[in-house]
Formats: sequence, structure tokens, C-alpha cells
Amino acid sequence: MTVREVALEAYREALPVLALSAVGGLFAGVVLGGMDAELQEVPGLLVLVPALLATRGNVYGSLGARLGSALHQGLIDPRFSFADDRINAAVAAALANGVLISGVAAVMAAVLLALVGRPSAPLATLVAIALIAGFVSGLLLTIAVVSVVFVGYRRGLNPDTLAGPVVTTTGDVVGIATLLGATRLVLALGGG
Amino acid sequence: MADFASQWSVSGIVRTMFPILVVLTAIELGSGLVLDTFEGTLLQYPSLLVLVPVTIGMAGNLGSILAARYSTAFHLGLLSFAPSDDRLAGNAVATVALAVTLFPLVGAGAWLLQTVIGGTALPLRTVVLVAFVSGSLLAVLAIVVTTVTTYAAYRFELDPDDVVIPVVTNVCDVLGVVVLFGAVRVFV
Repeated sequence: MTVREVALEAYREALPVLALSAVGGLFAGVVLGGMDAELQEVPGLLVLVPALLATRGNVYGSLGARLGSALHQGLIDPRFSFADDRINAAVAAALANGVLISGVAAVMAAVLLALVGRPSAPLATLVAIALIAGFVSGLLLTIAVVSVVFVGYRRGLNPDTLAGPVVTTTGDVVGIATLLGATRLVLALGGG
Repeated sequence: MADFASQWSVSGIVRTMFPILVVLTAIELGSGLVLDTFEGTLLQYPSLLVLVPVTIGMAGNLGSILAARYSTAFHLGLLSFAPSDDRLAGNAVATVALAVTLFPLVGAGAWLLQTVIGGTALPLRTVVLVAFVSGSLLAVLAIVVTTVTTYAAYRFELDPDDVVIPVVTNVCDVLGVVVLFGAVRVFV
């Protein structure tokens, strides 16, 4: 293949996926753009945004990859049932990782802000927001990933190419929307 | 398959992934800190705030798609690291072309959405320029990071699938914020 052929093939293959994730990213951006009041009220919240968004991709992208490989290997059936120990374990581990790392990210952010002498909301406020957002977004993304991978596989699509775009598109929107919801909840309950 | 049970146990999966997640989170917090330093500008011009997730996401996606293609070519024995390698060059060209196509549209989209919802303080031209310049620069950086990381994995005999994609995605996320910060500094 010549450089031109390789480039054309790569361009055509990636354009729809990237365009889709750009649309998802823009919607996430609109939610973030409307969060200016909360960002001002909770100093340090913006520091958490890239870490929490990346976590959603890393944790639930990996769940999608794991389920996809297991389907290809015939280890699991493309149907959700609470009787399947492997699916249960994969989902429980993804949720545990997602919630734990959100809490750890909040603690690390507070420590980092204190070290560089920048203002930060109380540690408990940041941790509460991160844990609530981590748990709710985890549930939503698990449902999205499991349904898309299973339904796609039953219809003859390759779950490996489905899971990535679904997670990157829904992950940003769900990640920011749950962060906004969690922040409002914690502020309403008197944190911050 | 001695470790078969641990591959599908909750504690096994958490033990494998959690240390990696902590490292990646530490990297991402670095970009969060950069965002924090220009929070004032972002809050003043919400159309720039709208650009934040999409720039981070697109940078990571450009890098991870390139990394996935390099890894597959590498596994198939089709990739050499010579500068004359067609696959290396062709994929790099595609990455730049994708960024140049999509980032101006992303900038226009961000401006349009923010104008409809809350009104914008910045002209369309500025937001498109910030997105276009950030995107072009990020495409070049994504190529450099992906090529270097894939080459390092190859030298250290690591499976590029395990190592390159998480490293490239998260490093490109951080670069996305840094480059956006630079573009905002210059053009706004």
C-alpha cells in the first residue's frame, strides 16, 4: 500500500467514530459551560474534571473490551443474567474501580491544590461529589456498555469496535452530567 | 491457565487495574491543575469552557486510534520504524487530515451551541481559530507521542495493546488541555 492508500483508508475508517465522539464531547461541553456557578462555588472542582472523564473511559472501556473478548472466546452468553458469575464479577469490579478511583482522585486533587497553594473546597465536599458522581455514572455506563456490546454481538457486529466509541461518546456526557447533579446535591445538603 | 480464576474475580480485576488507574489519575490531575490556572478566562468566555471536554476527548481519540492501528500493524509484522515506512507515514497523514477536518467544525459547533443557549462574548472567528490551531498542533503531538510510545513498547518487548493505548490516551488528554491553554493565551 502506498502512503496515500494507507492515509485514505485510515481517514475513512476513523472519521465517523471521531465525528460521533465530537458531538458527544460538545454536549458534555454545553453542560460544563452551564456549570459556571457550581465551578465558582466549589473551588477545585475543575481540577477533577479531566481525571473523572478519563476514569470513565479507562474503567468502562476496559469493561467493554473484557466482555467483547469473552464473547469472542465463548466464555459468556450475550444475555444479561444475574446468574452469570463472570458477568457479575466484571461489572462489580468495574463499579468498584470506578467509585474507588473517583474518591482517590478527589483526595489527590485536594492534596495537590494545598501543595501549590491554590484555593480548594473542603476535602469532604470534593470526596462526596466525586463518590456520588462516580457511583451514578458507573451504573449508567455499565448499563450502556453491557447493552450495546450484547445487543451488537447478537446482531452480528464486532463488540471490539462498538465499545470504544460508545464509551467515549456517552462517557463524557454522563460524566459531566452526573458531576453537575452530584455537586448540586452536595451543595443542597449543606456541603461546600 | 493458572490465573484463570483471578482474571474473572472481582479482587483479581481490581488488583490488576487499580494501580494503573492511580497512575493515570495522577497524570490527568496535572491537566486539571492547568485548567484551574485559567479558570477565570474559561468562566468569562463559556464557549471556551464548552471546548474543554471535546478537545480533551478528540486529542485522546486521535492518539488512541493511531495507537490501535500501529499496534495491529506491529502485531501483523507490517510495521518498521524507518521514516520511509508507508504505514507509519500514511497513518500520520490521516491523523493530521482528521484533525484539520474536524476541529474547525468543533469550534463552530461550540460557538453555535453556546450562542443558542447562553449567548457568547467571543466572535465565531476566534473560537474556530482556537479550535483549529489547537487541533492541528494536537495531531502532530499525538503522532510524536504514539510513535515514541509504540517504539518504546517494541524495544522493551511489551505488548503494545496493553501499554500504548492507555499511555497515549491519557498523555494526549493532558496535552489537549495544555495546547488549548496555549491557544487561548495567544488568541483570546
